[in-house]
Amino acid sequence: MGNDASKNQDEKPAHQVKIDPFWMATHEVTWEAFEMFLDKNYELAIAEEPIGEIVDGLSRPSLPYLDMTFGMGKDGKPAVGMTQYGAIQYCHWLYLKTGIFYRLPTEAEWEYAAKAGSDTRFFFGDNPADLQAYAWISENSKESTQKVGTKKPNPWGLFDIYGNVLEWTYDQYDPEFYKNAETSNPKNPPLKLYPRAVRGGSFATDSDELSATRRFQSSPDWKRIDPQIPKSQWWFPEAPFLGIRLVRPFYPPSPEEIKNYYTTSPITDY
Amino acid sequence: MKILNSRRDFIKTGALMTGGVLASPFVLPGAYAAPANELKLAVIGCGGRGTGAVFQALETGHPIKLVAMADAFQDRLDGSHKLVLEKYGADKVAVSEDMKLVGFEGYKQAIAAADVVILATPPGFRPMHFEEAVKQGKQVFMEKPVATDAAGIRRVLKAAEEAKAKKLNVMVGLQRHYQNNYRETIAKIHDGAIGDITGGQVYWNDGGVWVKERQPGQTEMEYQMRNWYYFNWLCGDHITEQHVHNIDVANWVKKGYPVKAEGTGGRLVRTGKDHGEIFDHHVVSFTYEDGSVIHSECRHFPGAANRVDETFQGTKGKAYLSAGNHGVLTDWKGNQLYNHSRDNQPNPYQQEHDELWAALFKGEYKFADAENAAKSTMTSIMGRYATYSGKPLTWDEALNGSVDLFPDKLAWDAMPKILPGADGYYPHAIPGKTKVI
Repeated sequence: MGNDASKNQDEKPAHQVKIDPFWMATHEVTWEAFEMFLDKNYELAIAEEPIGEIVDGLSRPSLPYLDMTFGMGKDGKPAVGMTQYGAIQYCHWLYLKTGIFYRLPTEAEWEYAAKAGSDTRFFFGDNPADLQAYAWISENSKESTQKVGTKKPNPWGLFDIYGNVLEWTYDQYDPEFYKNAETSNPKNPPLKLYPRAVRGGSFATDSDELSATRRFQSSPDWKRIDPQIPKSQWWFPEAPFLGIRLVRPFYPPSPEEIKNYYTTSPITDY
Repeated sequence: MKILNSRRDFIKTGALMTGGVLASPFVLPGAYAAPANELKLAVIGCGGRGTGAVFQALETGHPIKLVAMADAFQDRLDGSHKLVLEKYGADKVAVSEDMKLVGFEGYKQAIAAADVVILATPPGFRPMHFEEAVKQGKQVFMEKPVATDAAGIRRVLKAAEEAKAKKLNVMVGLQRHYQNNYRETIAKIHDGAIGDITGGQVYWNDGGVWVKERQPGQTEMEYQMRNWYYFNWLCGDHITEQHVHNIDVANWVKKGYPVKAEGTGGRLVRTGKDHGEIFDHHVVSFTYEDGSVIHSECRHFPGAANRVDETFQGTKGKAYLSAGNHGVLTDWKGNQLYNHSRDNQPNPYQQEHDELWAALFKGEYKFADAENAAKSTMTSIMGRYATYSGKPLTWDEALNGSVDLFPDKLAWDAMPKILPGADGYYPHAIPGKTKVI
């Protein structure tokens, strides 16, 4: 992980880590998938079978007062603007529906999957000019999210690794983390609401700011214009560039660890 | 938008916009009796928005002290007080136990205790609270919309006159008026950049808002107060509570109010017992004095496309505006005439309070938002009257409407006028049958 040659100190030192096997979603989570979780009545309306008591009892997002598509549209596009709590609750909903433990990647998992065995700045080489074949970034996105999976994937079949939307990780963002990180399954559980680590850049990121090792961070500014106090646990009204990609660990944790992962209470934001 | 660890990291401080200063300066009632020019603040309605507005007031950095809080519910008041006290501390938040006023009547005492009041209850109470604040000679920040029926609008218009006569500042939280892309783009429209405005379209289409389920032991009044979005006497339906923002932009661009409305609407996907009496969609044509027509559309359909913005067509070009800081003017040949910068724009909710409190501490009389807010709210109510009745109606017919939605008595054991049937569902308007005025 990391890059000793980077101009960003938080990417140093480059170090080797060992991580347990996992599956990662080939695509960012779309609005079509996210909206069923978002609104119980909508899920009920489109369901072909009863949705069951457990799912019925799940805590769901407050429906956003603002248009969380930001005028960019939904069709085939990544869901955006959710908090990390909202992203984890989406995993919770999927778990209740499928019995499979889905979660957010750690930074280490994200970077491992993004590199796909490569040792260059990007999985396709070192030239940022080639990014436009693989990614929706500020140079080609027209300031909007784009349909997922419409650019070339990385060697492991993952689409939109760079650009389109920043992707939530589970980790607290700590610029010093690499200096003391564990070498086996490094993980930095979030204890503070901000900043948390997000990766991959978005449609609003310039190509020269991107690389496989680049670390971005969440910001309370993304909730600046939330007119309510306490601020929403679920939504960032100024993060149209933020989305989700899921992972499924090959070795699922114990039921108790799963419960803890999904039921950690959000920190009040005000 | 801003991404940390990115070059967009820096924030330019937004230029402070100044509205026109109204005629003469005023003497701020009570201000000079307060120690060291400190101004005392009361908040009526301690939900998320009321609490947010208190934060924005205190965030201005002026010597403001929160001295009274009123809410119908103890838990809402306590929750709000806790957060404000934690954030700003005891020297900014000095609300004694007897100034935590719970119930329907506390607003009078809260208003009496302050120089400036924030009115942020559900909109059905606004006429009553605004009247009282003006009667007591207080400066006002109040949230939109400012009423839910014509009877309420008439009271607000009357109180707005009294506020002007007393030179009381009144700011209304139609925050697009305090957002640079709207101010600058609409100023250019008014300067003739795209000619005369002949038509437009305004939208608030999205998936809907929160629902509060009925709890055991609640009286009907308490249930409706908790789940207020779904009852017209409290909310006015989403065409008023939410879409008023976009309708107000149309009136702003047109420099006037429609003379006629006709429309259609109904309940198609939000039809449960928890969903009270409001519609889930309204489509209205508003005709203005000069014959131009604005199309208004609002709907709460989860899963369908979202759209929240305003577009206008003029004799020389067109305009696109949105709360996401868009402000684009284009001529009919496709040449862009203006494109408002979307980077590092001020937060309009903070901008409102920055401007209001700066004026208050200078002793200026600068804000008289109530009349426009009442007339834009009335425009949305006229739209609802048109969709509920299925019949066109004029501005005068709507404004003089005699139907008063407000309960005859406010008490937890009193009954609102709208009640559920034996099956638990509420009656709702049936176009062609329902009488609205």
